[in-house]
Amino acid sequence: MHSFGYRANAFLTFAITILALICAMASLSDNFNSPSPTSQVQVLNINWFQKKPDGDDEVSLTLNISANLQSLFTWNTKQVFVFLAAEYETPKNSLNQVSLWDGIIPSKEHAQFWIHTTNKYRFIDQGSNLRGKNFNLTLHWHVMPKTGKMFADKIVMSGYRLPEAYR
Amino acid sequence: MDWQGQKLAEQLMQLMLVAFAVVAFIAGYVLGSFQTMLLIYAAGVVLTSLITIPNWPFFNRHPLSWLDPSEAEKHPKPQPASSGPKKKASKKVN
Repeated sequence: MHSFGYRANAFLTFAITILALICAMASLSDNFNSPSPTSQVQVLNINWFQKKPDGDDEVSLTLNISANLQSLFTWNTKQVFVFLAAEYETPKNSLNQVSLWDGIIPSKEHAQFWIHTTNKYRFIDQGSNLRGKNFNLTLHWHVMPKTGKMFADKIVMSGYRLPEAYR
Repeated sequence: MDWQGQKLAEQLMQLMLVAFAVVAFIAGYVLGSFQTMLLIYAAGVVLTSLITIPNWPFFNRHPLSWLDPSEAEKHPKPQPASSGPKKKASKKVN
């Protein structure tokens, strides 16, 4: 600590190292949060169900998505990215996942919501397998932290079925 | 600064930063505010820098007593003998 510059350097280095440490501790504290999210999705209407000229099936749905994701938020949460995916099986693929809707929840106050919407992204199959298809609607989320580790999880809701014929 | 002062400055710096970090983390966690944690820590960093980096008088309470220049002139530095060491090095054992 012989000179001003020496002390300033030692001080800055130590201060930044300690800052990294408290940010790591903040991230670790997220592991103590045991969230209990809930969600429900209703398919209100099948708007139309067509086979496209290129041979792939496409369906348009009106959905009512409601969820309570407030327990996911901690002091170290920047935002929660949430999306709804339709999941089903075809002869060609054991798992198909098609994202129908997504959103960003910026704070705990906005985390209890319901939304009445058509699918934001197109529900198109790789092929023509959707007639009479049973599918799950899975709500996925990513809890994006202010610092540290991101947590991701999902809720699977099953029991949905597409019509037997095009309309 | 003197030697004691340097040691004090270093210890004070480390102690203050760690103390502020602990207080900042606990306050932020309890209040549920990340911003609070960062603000308390930033305030601690600024305060610590003001106390430990500049050369304050209280860091110089055990000053070293350097020899006065007029006293030093009375005792000239010893000059190395010009021939002695070289001769010794070149002697070989037969």
